[in-house]
Amino acid sequence: MELTIVKKQNAAAPKVQKEKDVVYRTNELNLWYGEHHALKNVNLDIYENEVTAIIGPSGCGKSTYIKTLNRMIELVPNVRTSGEITYRGRNIFDKSYRVEELRTQVGMVFQKPNPFPKSIYDNVAYGPRIHGIRDKKILDEIVEKSLRGAALWDEVKDRLHENAYGLSGGQQQRLCIARCLAIEPDVILMDEPTSALDPISTLKVEELIQELKENYSIIIVTHNMQQAARISDKTAFFLNGEVVEYAETDQLFSTPSDKRTEDYITGRFG
Amino acid sequence: MTMRGKFDYDLKTLRQKLLEIGSLAEIALSQSIEAFQAKNVDQALGVIERDSQIDMLEEEINDFAILLIAKQQPVAIDLRRIIVAIKIATDIERIADFAVNIAKATIRIGEQPFVMEIEKIVRMHNIALEMVSLGLKAYYEEDVALARKISDMDDEVDELYGQIMRDLMQLTKMNQENFSQMNLLSLIARYIERTADHATNLAEHVVYLVKGRHYDLNG
Repeated sequence: MELTIVKKQNAAAPKVQKEKDVVYRTNELNLWYGEHHALKNVNLDIYENEVTAIIGPSGCGKSTYIKTLNRMIELVPNVRTSGEITYRGRNIFDKSYRVEELRTQVGMVFQKPNPFPKSIYDNVAYGPRIHGIRDKKILDEIVEKSLRGAALWDEVKDRLHENAYGLSGGQQQRLCIARCLAIEPDVILMDEPTSALDPISTLKVEELIQELKENYSIIIVTHNMQQAARISDKTAFFLNGEVVEYAETDQLFSTPSDKRTEDYITGRFG
Repeated sequence: MTMRGKFDYDLKTLRQKLLEIGSLAEIALSQSIEAFQAKNVDQALGVIERDSQIDMLEEEINDFAILLIAKQQPVAIDLRRIIVAIKIATDIERIADFAVNIAKATIRIGEQPFVMEIEKIVRMHNIALEMVSLGLKAYYEEDVALARKISDMDDEVDELYGQIMRDLMQLTKMNQENFSQMNLLSLIARYIERTADHATNLAEHVVYLVKGRHYDLNG
């Protein structure tokens, strides 16, 4: 029997949304570690003021991909790439593109909080000082603004000159986010930023990510699928170096179009 | 057992519970109309008594489903399986309530002779019962084509319902005496028509389960 079903009219009017700008455009990206083909024909557009989550089992290439976006991958010996990644329209692999210039625009937060063995204040002021800012008043402003931006100010404002190592793990991670904000980046890359944190600290960082996307574009690698579902606008599912599915998060977690995505998010493998 | 294996087992248990509540509702429905046809008050009372079993099973299904959501944090098809189970249990519980309503009306009619032929009511009831059975089968087999067939049958039920109401309207013009029975007969027809609507809901849930989108089969 031919199945013809009338689709229910959606009661809500379609949302009129402003076209968002593409921050990163990845075009036919391939990457090899020596002989190992780690990324295969990756095509991915990342949009402004959104949280883009990257999920997939260990070894699927998600961390490799995020480290390619700020060219940290170049630190690994024997890495070869083909294809291109443009950041704001400019090919980041271009010889004339200085890596320092790129990293001023693109901050990164790592899995384990990695504050410098300095005071809270100096951690945040580190980047601006490198960029030549010496004026104490301006530095004070940047430090306060960045710590407020990372939702840490109220907890540390009375002990700014104490060593950062005295902070809890969750606070240290937010300090690292504050350090990242201090250089006023455009994009923030996060590589499993909450995997070393307790549930409460995780929730605080997740809330912070929600606030930060108003002003920044965020790309987050996470092993926690519920986290991806909670905080991201779009999700890319990587498997064996390929992007299996890239879609609106709501869609990917409710009606994924690829069987492998469905199997992964429902815990059938991975 | 692996975590996933345990979850699959729990989902199977949930489905089993739904089939159980479904067959109890089927029995209630068919006994209610048998009692009505035969004016069997004892049988009607039995339908009313056994309804608490269905209510309890519905609660049990809901509790079990909520626990599964809390413990497994399901997504995609797993989540739909659980949500659909909750919704189907609600529809089935309502269907069983209509069987109770028919049984109560039967008791109120008592020994009185029928004021009209009840053949159309019985026919309508049989279609509604068949819809419920097919709805449960479609759920069990995740069969979308079967679900679609149910909505076609609902059109037949609506047509018969219209005919019965017109017949009763005619009857009230000619016969002023047994107004209360006519009223009860129109209520019974109404209960059956609602039963068929809930069976159509079952079909919609099945389509949602399989396709992940909402469709209006009543439209």
